[in-house]
Amino acid sequence: MIIEHIDAQLPGAITDRHDFRGDQTIVVAKGNLLALVDLLHREGFQLLVDITAVDWPEREERFDVVYHWLNLASQERLRVKVPVADGETMPTLTGRFKTADWFEREVFDLFGIRFEGHPNLKRLLTWDDFQGHALRKDFPLDGGDPFCMEGCTAPYNNGERTRG
Amino acid sequence: MTMDSIALSRQQLDGDHMIVNFGPSHPTTHGTLRIVLELEGETIIRATPEMGYLHRGVEKLGESLSYQQFIPLTDRLNYCSSIMNNVGYACAVEKLLGIEIPKRAQQIRVLVSELARIADHIVCVGVNAVDIGAFTAFLYLFKQRETVYDLFEMAAGQRLHTSFTRIGGLFRDIPPEFVPLTERFLVECEAAVDECERLLTHNPIWYDRTKGIGAISPEDAVNSGYTGPCLRAAGVPQDLRKAQPYLGYETYDFDIPVGTTGDVFDRYLVRIEEMRQSLRIIRQVLDRLEPGPVIVDDYKVALPPKEKVYTRMESLIHHFKLIMHGIDMPVGEVYSATEAANGELGFYIVSDGGKNPYRIRVRPPCLPIFSSFEEQVKGCLIADAVAVLGAMNVIAGELDR
Repeated sequence: MIIEHIDAQLPGAITDRHDFRGDQTIVVAKGNLLALVDLLHREGFQLLVDITAVDWPEREERFDVVYHWLNLASQERLRVKVPVADGETMPTLTGRFKTADWFEREVFDLFGIRFEGHPNLKRLLTWDDFQGHALRKDFPLDGGDPFCMEGCTAPYNNGERTRG
Repeated sequence: MTMDSIALSRQQLDGDHMIVNFGPSHPTTHGTLRIVLELEGETIIRATPEMGYLHRGVEKLGESLSYQQFIPLTDRLNYCSSIMNNVGYACAVEKLLGIEIPKRAQQIRVLVSELARIADHIVCVGVNAVDIGAFTAFLYLFKQRETVYDLFEMAAGQRLHTSFTRIGGLFRDIPPEFVPLTERFLVECEAAVDECERLLTHNPIWYDRTKGIGAISPEDAVNSGYTGPCLRAAGVPQDLRKAQPYLGYETYDFDIPVGTTGDVFDRYLVRIEEMRQSLRIIRQVLDRLEPGPVIVDDYKVALPPKEKVYTRMESLIHHFKLIMHGIDMPVGEVYSATEAANGELGFYIVSDGGKNPYRIRVRPPCLPIFSSFEEQVKGCLIADAVAVLGAMNVIAGELDR
């Protein structure tokens, strides 16, 4: 239902959508995110449940930043995915949602995506001197050199995932 | 710049302010998290939480483990109520697979989840009281917690790290003596909760220490991403068991307690009442527990019984295929949330059709709650920080993952 509202009020903003297992998912470009967030907030999606990211190293726009919203009145959920290339920044949502503060720090920590305008963009889970970003697919599973954390760009398993 | 150097430089800049390290190993942090408090006298000017001491990279590990192998890692998220994490994760993978689990498995999952909720609330309320200085309530309640863990041991063979669920159900049925013991527990626990209330609710010291501390408006609570008892204490009746029922919660009769101010006292009252509601749910489960299988009868998802593996070729092949190649997963992504003791525990799984999840994300309920810690304690006394931290029920294993 919310997707029709978005279509009506921000025509062309949704570049892709799917409805796998009842999870409404839309993909929007980075430039449309803030307008979309304003709209969602007006429409009652006031609980920003989660922010995370997924790394697709073979893709040109390497990361998907994934937002989950919940509408407390209608119990409707919405997943918004924003593709972003390595080295690009994302607009921060801390102005609208306090939740975004630590979640964005975590995404920055583990994926290395910077959030523009974030008041305190520091690592959250790993320490400040940590090299690399742990949830990137090319970060080795064993953490690389256990003592000084150098050389952690060496791809794990030659960059291949073991597949069943 | 490391936290030490920040703390040092601030101290050098302003002689009136005192920097106190609260943690990483402090009795009231219950785990390892650190808060750098900047004090003026006993008043908190700033509180900078520093976390990650228990970060084990669960999400990274999950990418190289099969769906089934991830279950033991979920035990270590909220280790006070590990069965609920097992259930939450299993529900997420089942949503990805699009399968329905047998009725008895659903009922037993509800049963153990509610037992775990009681155990978790007991820890939270009891330990919060200990931190504030009321030791007795803790002892009365912890006897019940022991009983819950004994029941878990009986069901899963493990007290804390249960790993009780499997994709598609449970790894075994509960033993016959489980039901009578749970019935006895219902009576004893009800009495213990009443006893705890008599010790605390009208206790003037407890009241003075908790009333008005950490109050939060419903709008702020939603904006800060609160879920679970802390959100309900602020007056928002959001409970996923009612709002988005799973495992047949819509068929049980229970109420959602709601507070008004969101302070430590209200959080305590909400948790106490939730324990009673959980007892109600357990009673209903015991009444309707129906015989039947506890795991799906689909050997592409769940292992066939051992007798069949040893006697039939077909089952042996299924066993081998399932262990070596894992479950045949559809390509897609799901987010599944369950109401854990602390709030909404979400699992976001991205599958590329491989044996392992492509990305697995755990949405910990206490991370957004803890992120509002500074706002909650600013201007309070240092002793209030202890009360607020306890009532948030920050579990480091879940916070840091």
